Amino acid sequence: MRAANETPAVSRRTALNWLLGTSLGATVAAALYPVFRFVIPPQVAEAPVNRVLAGKLSELPDNSGKIFRFGSKPGILIRTPTGEVRAFSAVCTHLNCTVQYRPDLQHIWCACHNGQYDLQGKNIAGPPPRPLEAYKVDIAGDDLYVTKGA
Amino acid sequence: MRALDKLWQALDERLELDPIVEFVAHKVVPRHRHSWAYYFGGFTMFFFFVQVATGILLLLYYRPTAEAAFESVQFIVTRVPFGWLVRSVHSWSANLMILSAFAHMFSVYFMGSYAKPRELTWWSGFALLGLAMGFGFSGYLLPWNQLSFFATQVGTDMVSKVPFAGAWLLKFLRGGNEVTGATLTRFFGFHVAVLPMLTALLLAGHLAFIQRQGMHVPASLEEEAKKRKPIRFVPNFMLREGVVWLLGLAALAALAAFFPWELGIKADPFSSAPAGIKPEWYFLFMFETLKLLPAHLLGIEGELLGLGAFALGGLVWFLVPVLDRGGRVGRRSRAFLALGWVVLAYIVGFTFASFAGVFK
Repeated sequence: MRAANETPAVSRRTALNWLLGTSLGATVAAALYPVFRFVIPPQVAEAPVNRVLAGKLSELPDNSGKIFRFGSKPGILIRTPTGEVRAFSAVCTHLNCTVQYRPDLQHIWCACHNGQYDLQGKNIAGPPPRPLEAYKVDIAGDDLYVTKGA
Repeated sequence: MRALDKLWQALDERLELDPIVEFVAHKVVPRHRHSWAYYFGGFTMFFFFVQVATGILLLLYYRPTAEAAFESVQFIVTRVPFGWLVRSVHSWSANLMILSAFAHMFSVYFMGSYAKPRELTWWSGFALLGLAMGFGFSGYLLPWNQLSFFATQVGTDMVSKVPFAGAWLLKFLRGGNEVTGATLTRFFGFHVAVLPMLTALLLAGHLAFIQRQGMHVPASLEEEAKKRKPIRFVPNFMLREGVVWLLGLAALAALAAFFPWELGIKADPFSSAPAGIKPEWYFLFMFETLKLLPAHLLGIEGELLGLGAFALGGLVWFLVPVLDRGGRVGRRSRAFLALGWVVLAYIVGFTFASFAGVFK
């Protein structure tokens, strides 16, 4: 028999509250977990693109540029005023806009926040913090092939 | 009239409406030389109602997919009878709603109405303005045109800079790694279901707090408000507010008729961002600031520093009822009054300078 003044280390009320609380918490968590998973779409299996036919040399006059599709992202082909062909990622390193070639500036330019890159893809003015990713260009006859990771 | 009386009696018998009648009959609005500021909240709500009504109408024809969205808006404005009006009113009213909300917020700020005991009203109002901007940002994308596509590209990319949760938030908002049709469908869901529900809840709270506490009178105007007879809410203030609403309606009709909202050209994810791209005017002050920041500042990427500063500024603005200790006893510090003017001058200055083409 227990003495009248003896109190258990954990009262029945505390234990019950704890059980109720954790059950409720677990129920909420069990309901929310699928929601958190549901809102992020599954990765769609996409064949990794490493090389694309980006354009034709004959369609790219000196001092001009062209956006091409590189997998799910845009790339930019430029032909310098001296006739060299180069390719970069067209995704501005500042806030993700798509850049363009400005024949008047002879630079790559981003319209969103006035960022500028030189013909090597290096950030030279405005807010972009990093250079554009450079790609390798292979010329096969009139075809321009662009390869990633060059 | 007898039928109406009977209906009222029947309802009263069952629901005991006396306390409500009593409350409405005694509700007053204080009268002083800045009483005009009391109209902005209701004015903002008027534009919100217009948004709900025109939004429901647009839902009858709008299709939220990358393939059909632009064409469906084109169909609305060119083929549907009065479609041009409904769409233009929806766009204009959205802008006037934000403008009115800003006027409401600054007038409340300068009258010091945020101070205890009205912190909750300030905070719910702050959240409502956030929701209104969310409405603006998500609604901007829905016509799926070139400008909105890149605005969304930039806006969602900013979210990715949030510490820890950034990558998750980016995927959550875009429905993938890029801005695609999945983003459009998601934004549509936010715009027509999630944001309206949250707004309705918060608005109910915001209004309930005001009913419970009554209108605030700044300490400096208390004398004047005591001398002058307050305006009865029903019917006097309501009728006056009604006139203001009519002016708002007239403004909407005129703007929609004379300055119909542009549709632009359909978004092409594989094209360059067009020259002259800019966000809605209420984001311009942030946009221009981000343009001015150099690539690196104090060893940190410029845009990170800028976004961090905006987040911090927003937090300070949110916490003003707590930070301004003097406000509780009706003695607001000069520092907070000055802060209000600086913020207002910065937002107005940058917005106008942007329109004037000061920033290239």
